[in-house]
Amino acid sequence: MPRGDLNALFPEDSSSSDEDEFGERGPSDKDTIVAIVSGAQQGAVSIIRLSGELAVHIAMMVFRPAGTEKLSSKEKADWWPESHRVYYGHAVDLMGDVMDEVLLMAMLKPRSYTAEDVVEIHTHGGGISAQRVLERLMEIGARLARPGEFTMRAFLNGRLDLSQAESVAQLIDARTVAAADSALAGLQGGLGREITAMRQECVDLLVELDARLDFDEDLPPLDVPALVERINQLTQRLEAALATGRQGQLLRTGLQVALVGRPNVGKSSLLNALSGTERAIVTDIAGTTRDIVEAGIVIGGIPITLLDTAGMRESVDLVEQIGVERSLAAAKQADIAVMVVDAEAGWTPADDDIFQQMFGSSSSSSSSSSAAGSDSDSGLGGGWGSGDGGAAASSKRGAAPALLVLNKSDLAAKQRQQQTDGKKAQTGSKKAAGAGRGKKAGKAAAAADATAADTAVAAAAAAAGVPPAAAARFAAVVETSATKRQGMDSLQDAVLQLADAPELARGGVAFAVNERQSEALINAREALQRLQLSIAAELPLDFWSIDLREAVLSLGEYDVRYLSDETALLLGSAVVGAYALQHLMAPHSAYETYWAPSQPYSAATTQYNGLGALSMAATTASVARLPGNRTAKKMLLKVTGASWLVFGLADLYYSRTGVNNNGGISAAINVSLGSYFLFKGFQPVADGKKSG
Amino acid sequence: MEQLPPPQATARLQPLAAARLGAKTLLLTLNLDRIAWQPCNPAVGGPAKSQLVHEVDALGGEIGKIADRCYLQKRVLNASKGPAVWALRAQTDKLEYAATMRRVLEETPNLYIREGMVTSVEVDSNDEVCGVRTFFGITFACKAAVLTTGTFMNGQIWVGRQSMAAGRAGEAPSTGLTERLVELGFETDRLKTGTPARVDKRTVDFSGLEEQPGDDDVRWFSFDPAVHRPRQQLSCYLTHTTAETHRILRENLHETPVYGGWVDAKGPRYCPSIEDKIVRFADKESHQIFLEPEGRSTPELYVQGFSTGLPERLQLALLHSLPGLESCKMLRPAYAVEYDYLPAHQCYASLETKRVKGLFFSGQLNGTTGYEEAAAQGLVAGLNAARRAAGQEPVVLPRESSYIGTLMDDLVTKDLREPYRMLTSRSEYRLVLRSDNADRRLTPFGRQLGLVDDRRWQLYQDKQERIDAERARLEAIRVQPDHPLAVAAEAVSGQKVPAAASLADLLRRPHVHYPLLQRHGLGAPTLDFSAGSEGVPVGSSSSNGEAAADAAATTAAAPSAGSGGGEQPPAGEQQQAQVLQQGAQPQAAQPLATAEQEAVEIDIKYEGFIRRQAKQLQSVAAKHARRLPDDLDYRSIQTLSMEAREKLSKIRPRDIGQASRIGGVNPADISNLLVYLETRRRTSAAAGDSSAAQQAQRQLSRKAQRKAMVAAAMGEAQVSGSERGSDAEAAAAEEAAEAVAAA
Repeated sequence: MPRGDLNALFPEDSSSSDEDEFGERGPSDKDTIVAIVSGAQQGAVSIIRLSGELAVHIAMMVFRPAGTEKLSSKEKADWWPESHRVYYGHAVDLMGDVMDEVLLMAMLKPRSYTAEDVVEIHTHGGGISAQRVLERLMEIGARLARPGEFTMRAFLNGRLDLSQAESVAQLIDARTVAAADSALAGLQGGLGREITAMRQECVDLLVELDARLDFDEDLPPLDVPALVERINQLTQRLEAALATGRQGQLLRTGLQVALVGRPNVGKSSLLNALSGTERAIVTDIAGTTRDIVEAGIVIGGIPITLLDTAGMRESVDLVEQIGVERSLAAAKQADIAVMVVDAEAGWTPADDDIFQQMFGSSSSSSSSSSAAGSDSDSGLGGGWGSGDGGAAASSKRGAAPALLVLNKSDLAAKQRQQQTDGKKAQTGSKKAAGAGRGKKAGKAAAAADATAADTAVAAAAAAAGVPPAAAARFAAVVETSATKRQGMDSLQDAVLQLADAPELARGGVAFAVNERQSEALINAREALQRLQLSIAAELPLDFWSIDLREAVLSLGEYDVRYLSDETALLLGSAVVGAYALQHLMAPHSAYETYWAPSQPYSAATTQYNGLGALSMAATTASVARLPGNRTAKKMLLKVTGASWLVFGLADLYYSRTGVNNNGGISAAINVSLGSYFLFKGFQPVADGKKSG
Repeated sequence: MEQLPPPQATARLQPLAAARLGAKTLLLTLNLDRIAWQPCNPAVGGPAKSQLVHEVDALGGEIGKIADRCYLQKRVLNASKGPAVWALRAQTDKLEYAATMRRVLEETPNLYIREGMVTSVEVDSNDEVCGVRTFFGITFACKAAVLTTGTFMNGQIWVGRQSMAAGRAGEAPSTGLTERLVELGFETDRLKTGTPARVDKRTVDFSGLEEQPGDDDVRWFSFDPAVHRPRQQLSCYLTHTTAETHRILRENLHETPVYGGWVDAKGPRYCPSIEDKIVRFADKESHQIFLEPEGRSTPELYVQGFSTGLPERLQLALLHSLPGLESCKMLRPAYAVEYDYLPAHQCYASLETKRVKGLFFSGQLNGTTGYEEAAAQGLVAGLNAARRAAGQEPVVLPRESSYIGTLMDDLVTKDLREPYRMLTSRSEYRLVLRSDNADRRLTPFGRQLGLVDDRRWQLYQDKQERIDAERARLEAIRVQPDHPLAVAAEAVSGQKVPAAASLADLLRRPHVHYPLLQRHGLGAPTLDFSAGSEGVPVGSSSSNGEAAADAAATTAAAPSAGSGGGEQPPAGEQQQAQVLQQGAQPQAAQPLATAEQEAVEIDIKYEGFIRRQAKQLQSVAAKHARRLPDDLDYRSIQTLSMEAREKLSKIRPRDIGQASRIGGVNPADISNLLVYLETRRRTSAAAGDSSAAQQAQRQLSRKAQRKAMVAAAMGEAQVSGSERGSDAEAAAAEEAAEAVAAA
C-alpha cells in the first residue's frame, strides 16, 4: 500500500498489530530507523538514511518533489517515488517551509541494503541542514538508529550472513587499503567458500570411512596412505586460513613500534624519516625530546603507530626524568621495540643499561618473534582470545620482539673504512634469521639486496661492538642513516618480518578470519591432529570418524550453521559444488555414487558427464575469482543452466527407455538446477549491494 | 487394541509391548499359521541392525531373545573396526523362529490373537480412531490401532512378466485398506522388494565352496542370560557369479520387470537384485553369493545376493551357472513384490499419524526394509498405542539416545521414496550408542515405562554393579614396570609403561586387552551364564568351579598365546604375590561375563573418545533441541529457499535438528530460520506476549526430557526413583478398549 491514509501511521488508530509496535514501547526491529550515515566529518553533502516499513511514508511527509507545485493536492498526495530513482526536491518542515534542497532516493524491499524499504535523503553538508531534517523525521515517527543497526537488519533479514555483516564493520573501520581489501573479500564470501570447501573435504573423507563400515564387502580396500595425505593437505589449508587471522588482526589493530635509545642517537630523526614529516623536533642537543611523540604511518598495508621516546639517561631535570620513565613504560608496552644505537659511537655502557632495563637479562632466547604465532595452540588461542595480534601476544609474555638500528651508519662507514678494512665477520650470521625467513617466503629482487646487506649489517653490528649476548636478543639488525634517509626500506621490511606479515606487504591477502571464526578453525585443526594420532596409533577405523566429525562440526560453526546430515552440508556449497549436487539428493553421497546407475549410460556417457561437470566447475571457479565481473558471472550461470537442462533431458530419455530407473529423479534434479541457474543468469543485478 | 496382518515376523512386538503395558490387545492377522514368518532371509542382525536388536531387547522386546534361541549360526562382523560397529549376525531357523514367537504371543496375558483381514479404520468425528473393521463385516472397537501391513497392502508379486495379487508367494494380499486410508487423506505410494530362489541343499555340491562356519565364541543379542544357550551351528557357504551368469542376465535384461519397464516402483538401494548389480557394476567380473541354511528341519538353502526378477524358466539356468549349484534343484523361485506404503512424514516420531489420532503406522508400511527396523518400530508404536489407550502422553526416543531414535527421526523427517535400511553411518554418535551399553542407555528408561519386569531389572542392576566394581578395581590396582604384566603390555603396545601404572592405564594402551590381564592372573574370572542351570547367574560372590576352571585354562594358555620373544610369564600365583608385595590392595575380583569384561575394557580404553563424542552429542543436542513453533508459516519466510519452504511446510519438523536433517533444507536455510526465529522472539518479547513465555516453558521441559535421555545415552543416568511396577501401569491401562463383536 504505497499511498495510505497517513493517519494510519499513528498509534491512536491502533487497528493492526504492526502499528502497536510503532508506539512508545522502546526500540524494536519493526521500527523505522533513521540516521545520518555520511559520518561526522564535515562535507559538502550529508546523507540521511531511513529504513523500515514506514520509511517511504515518513520521508514523503518531509519531501516535496520539484515540479509538483502546480499540481492539485490530490495529485500531490498521489505522488510516490519509484524504486532506485533519484528525485530532486525540497525538505519541508511541519509548516511546509523549506528547510533544504535535497535529493531523495527510495530503494524498496527487498532490493536494498537492509532488505527493507530504504529511503536516502541527501542534504547539504555542514551539519545544520541534515540535523534539521533528521529531527523532523524523528518527530514524524522514525527512531534514531543504534550503531550498526542497519547492518544488523541486513543480517536479520537474511541479506548478509554473519561473516559478511562482520566484514561490513571491518570495512568501515578499515584504516588502510589492505585492510579494506581484506574486509571486502570477506564481504564477498571468499572465506565462506574456502571453509565450505574444506568442510566438504572432511565430509567426503567421512563418507569414505563410513562406507567401509556398512558396505565393506562391496568396496575396494581403504587406501590409508592416500587418506593420510588428504588429511595432511587439509591441515595445511586450515593453517593457511588461520594465518590470515593474524594478518587480519594486524590490519585491524595495527602495531605500536617504539624507538628507544640513548639521547641524541637520532631517534627523532628516524621518526621523521620514516613518516616523511618533521613531526619531531630535531636538534643536536641531547634530551630534546622529553615526552612521547607519536606518528602514524602505514607499512605494507599495516597501520603503525611510531612512538619516539625521550632519550634514556639519568637526569637531574625533573621534567626530563618523568619523560624518561614514561618512555620506558611506553616502550615496554609496544608491540615492537626498536633500539637505536649510534653506529659511530658503537655500543656504550649507557646502551647496555638501557638494554638491561628494556629487555632484562640479555641471555634470553632469540627469535622470540618467530615463536609468537607459528606453532603452539595456546599461543594462538590465547592471542586471539585476548584480542591482540600475535606480536602483541608475545609481548604479553614479557618479551616484545626487538630490532636493533645502527643509526648514523654513513658516519660509521667512513670510520670503519679507516679502521678495520677487510675484517669479515661470520659470527653475527644467525642474527639474520629474521630476515632469512622472508627469503623463504619468496622474496624477489629486493630480497637479494637484503641478503647481501645482511652480512654487511651483521658485520656492522660486530664492528659497532654490540656484545653477542645482547645482539642475540634482536631479531634483526638494520643500518640506517636517518638524516640521509638511507636504510628506511630495510627497517620497514624488518618490521614487517617481525610482525610475521611479509605477504601483507605485497597485498596478497584475500580475506582474513576474525576471532570467532579462527576459534572454529583451531578446533577443526586440533580435531585433525587427533585424527592423525589415531591413525598413527592404529586405532580401529571407527575412531577416525569421531574427530573427522568434530572437524566438520567445527567448520560449520564459522557461520551460524549447524551440522545436519551430509545432504544438507553438501547442498550448502553453492557454485563450486555444482557437480556434487547431482549426488546429494539422497542421504549418503558415496553410497549413492556407488549404487548410482551410471553404468547403463556406458563409460562414454559417464566421462562426458564428468568432464562437462568438471569443466563447468573449473570455469565457474575461475570466473568467480574475478571480482565484480558480473556480466561474465551471469553468462556462466546461463551456460551452466543450459548444460544442466541438457543433462536433465538426457536423464529423462534414459528413464523413458528404462535404462536408468533413477532417471526420473536425476532428470528432475538436473532440470530444476538448470532452470535455477538460468533464472539466476537472467535475473537483474540487485542494486542495493553497494550502499555501505 | 491393534490389528496386524503379519508383514514381517518381528513386527509382533507391538502387540507384545502393548499387552505387557497392560492394555487389552487384539492381534488381527491374515493367517495365524504365518505369525513371525521370515519371508526373506531368515537372519537377524548385521551392521547397525544388530544395534537395533540389542536396543529393542534392552527395552524388553522379544526379537533378540527369539534370535538367540533359534540361531543356526552366529558371526560377529566388522570385528576389526572398533567396538561401536561390531555387528552380530545370526542365521535363524525360520520354522522354529515362527513357532517360538507364536508360543510367546499365546502365553502373553492381555493379548488375544485372531485371524481376519482388516479393510477399514473407523474414525469418529474428532478424527480419532474408534475401531477397525474386517472384510467379513466385524468391527472391533478400540482406542488405538497399529497398522503393520508389511508387503501385503495391494501386494502384487512378479516372476518375470507373470504376476499375481499376493502379499507373499502363496498368500493373499490385503485389499481395500489403502483406499480407506486415501479416503482419510493419507498419501500412499508404491515400493518394491524381492527375494531370491531357494534350492535343495541335498543337490548342492559343497566340496569346492568356501565354508563359513559360525564363531566359536558365540555372542548374544539379548541381555537376558536365560536365553544364552549355545547350540550346534550350521555353516554357510560362499560361491560367486560367473561369466555365464552375467551373460544370461545381460541377454535377458528385457525380461526383468524393472529393465523391461513394467514395474517402476523403487527397490531397495542397499539390497539390489543381481541384475541391478550387473548393470551398475558392469566392470566387476564376479559378485559374491552366500548359501545360507534356512532351518535344521528343512533342506531349503537361501541364495543370498541373488534376488532377481527374471522369469522362472531362466532362473534355474541362472542358478546352474553358479559353482557348486550346477545340478541343483530349485524349491521356490525368486520373485519381486510391489506394495503400498505410506511415506512416514505423515507420522510423529511416536509413529502416531498426524492426521488421525490413535492410529499408528509401523514396519514396512512406513517404507523400511528388514525385520530389525520393523521390530524397533513395532516397539515404539505398541508402547505409544498402549499409552494412548491409557490416556498418557506419547514417548519419543530422541535421535541421540539410540539407533531406534535415529530410525524414528529419519523416518519422519526424510521424505523417503525408496526402502529405508538402517546403516551404521546413519547414526552420528555411534561410539556412545554401542551394543554393549544398550542396556545402560535404555533399560532404566524401559523400566520407567513399565516395559522391563522385575527379574530383568534385577539382572540389570547386578550387572551394572559388577561392571562398576570391576572398573574401580582396575583403577585401584597398580603394578610396577618390572611386573610381568607390565612387561607384556609394553611389548604388545610398543609404549613404555610408567611406574605404578594402574591396570586401567595398561588397558588404555593400544593392543592391550582384558584377556592379557586374565593371563597374568589380574583379570576377573569369567562368569559363564550358559553353563549354569536355568540361566541364573551363578554365584557371583563365591568361587565358582566353572569360572575358576576357565581362568585356569586361560592362564595355562598364556605362554603359547604370549607376546612373542619376551620372557615367559611366571605362573599366576607368583604374580599375585608380587602385586601384594608391592603394596597394592587388590580387591577380590568378582567373576564377570565375557560381555561385561568387554564393556569394562571399552569404557576404559576409549574413555577419551567416548567423552569427546558425548560432548559433541551434547552440544549438538542443545542446539538442535530448539523447538520450532507449531504455528510457523514457513511459506511466508522470505529468506528461505523455495524448496526449503515447501519441505518444511510439508514435514513440519519438531525442532531445529529435525529441520536441518530434511533433504533440500540446506545450512543457509537453517541459519536463516534461526535468524527468523530470533526476530520473531524479539518482536513477541517487545509485545510482552505471554504465550511466548509459555512456549519457552514448554520448550524447557522438553529440553529437560531430552537432556535426561542424552545423559542416559552417556551412561550417566541414575536410575530414577520410579519403582512403579508394571502392575500399577496395568491398572492405569484398565480402560483399554473392549472388543465388541457384532454378531
